[in-house]
Amino acid sequence: MRQSSLIDIISPVMVGPSSSHTAGAVRLGLLAKNVYDEPIEKITFKLYNSYAQTGKGHGTDKGLLAGVLGLAVDDIRIKDIFNSDIAQSIDYQFEYYNDFNRHPNAVDFIFEGQNKMQISGDSIGAGEIAIRKINEFSVKFTGKYNTLLLVYKDVTGMISKVSTIIQAENVNIASLHCDRSGKGETASMCICLDGELQKEAIDKIKEIDHLNMVRYVRKLGN
Amino acid sequence: MNINTFEELETVCSKTNKKIYEIAQENEAQKNDISVQEVRQVVKISLEAMKEAISAGLHSCEKSYSGMSGGDCKKLQEKFATKSSLLGVIFEKITTYALATSEENARMGKIVACPTAGSCGIVPSVLVSVAEEIQADEEEQINALITAGEIGRIISNKVQLAGAVAGCQAECGVASAMAAGALAQLRGENIDNILSAVALAMKNLLGLTCDPVCGLVEVPCIKRNPFLGIHAVTAYELASAGIKSLIPLDEIIDALEQTGQLMSPSLKESSQAGLAKTKTGIKMEKNFYSRV
Ligand code: SF4
Repeated sequence: MRQSSLIDIISPVMVGPSSSHTAGAVRLGLLAKNVYDEPIEKITFKLYNSYAQTGKGHGTDKGLLAGVLGLAVDDIRIKDIFNSDIAQSIDYQFEYYNDFNRHPNAVDFIFEGQNKMQISGDSIGAGEIAIRKINEFSVKFTGKYNTLLLVYKDVTGMISKVSTIIQAENVNIASLHCDRSGKGETASMCICLDGELQKEAIDKIKEIDHLNMVRYVRKLGN
Repeated sequence: MNINTFEELETVCSKTNKKIYEIAQENEAQKNDISVQEVRQVVKISLEAMKEAISAGLHSCEKSYSGMSGGDCKKLQEKFATKSSLLGVIFEKITTYALATSEENARMGKIVACPTAGSCGIVPSVLVSVAEEIQADEEEQINALITAGEIGRIISNKVQLAGAVAGCQAECGVASAMAAGALAQLRGENIDNILSAVALAMKNLLGLTCDPVCGLVEVPCIKRNPFLGIHAVTAYELASAGIKSLIPLDEIIDALEQTGQLMSPSLKESSQAGLAKTKTGIKMEKNFYSRV
């Protein structure tokens, strides 16, 4: 049986009007930005289905942009974000789609800067979110756990090398999700952790051969 | 200690001779690996934000982005200023505080989702109004809010508190049940009466659908909040007289779950039926989408 938390029931403090369409959008933006983790020059938001249809009335577009700019769900600047100074620093645009293969509240973030990255996520209800895809790889994390994301050349022993370093830190792995574009090609690993990884451990992981990308994404505050 | 049902909660409370909030805050502290004081601190932040939302809402008549809401709270306050409520000050406070909070939500103000944004006015309106009138101190208010949270938590073990999953019975319905429990706690009722208040409030809202016009959290959501705040008081009054629900609370939650499953998806936040698809609802939708 699911064991929810009593604090979750009487929170979060958030800017309205909708936990899935406003707070969820902010959290998706925050998490996506933390995954990209580079200066953003341009960002395109693709909103799907209910996000596309009722997003305007719910401030979904404002929430997504605010999140990408690092604002928390209770930041009153969200309401007027398009006119705020911090929004002038980046180039952003919104596109709207209907696609029945996607979640009702789905969004793609296309980040452009030194690198280009596409991140897809869903707002799955009550402000809860899930990141589903990074570029061509499927992932699954929710911002509730500290998460380690790796993209690497598909070689044997990668999981054990990484998990050995995590184990040495005495941190428990809550979930592990792998994907790859083909045998021996590029692969991805998404590890949700119960605890906190120290910088030294992350540096050690970065030294492993065949890695293309390492991101340590901290869990979201609220 | 895992508590998944109200029966378990009752057993633990009577065995340990503790109140619902005591058990709840201990368990929450343990689960999150923090102290009871830290749990109460987090709850206090929610409580304060609830009061800020009420005060912001009472002083604003700004419309929402859609233009469908904003201004009713002011109207109600003006009415009560010239002609007081038949039911007294607490009625006036609950209805205006609930409208204040919900209108504030619709205009992208800061609120506390409790349990959701659409139902954000119900628990605060009851808790804050009564606390003001009986001069309950902050600790007592926190106790009541923790009680509300524990009630919502146990229900959410079975039913996801989302209109899209189980209709508005699972949002505003559950909020009203939480408010009834919080009020009973605030009034010093015993656990039997607290849970009776929850049961009576919940039972009476089974079947409540979610059919918001334009898919926005405004019609019927906003005005539903003051109604269900008062509804919680009715449940509390009956329960404190010793009136019991003949169907036990856990079974009411089973019925809530089943009703949610049987409810047509067209009435679960998809705006495909009900109020959203009335002649006027459709007209409002057309107007709104031609504008955005
Ligand atoms: S009608 Fe639907 S959107 Fe409105 S408060 Fe109820 S559950 Fe939420």
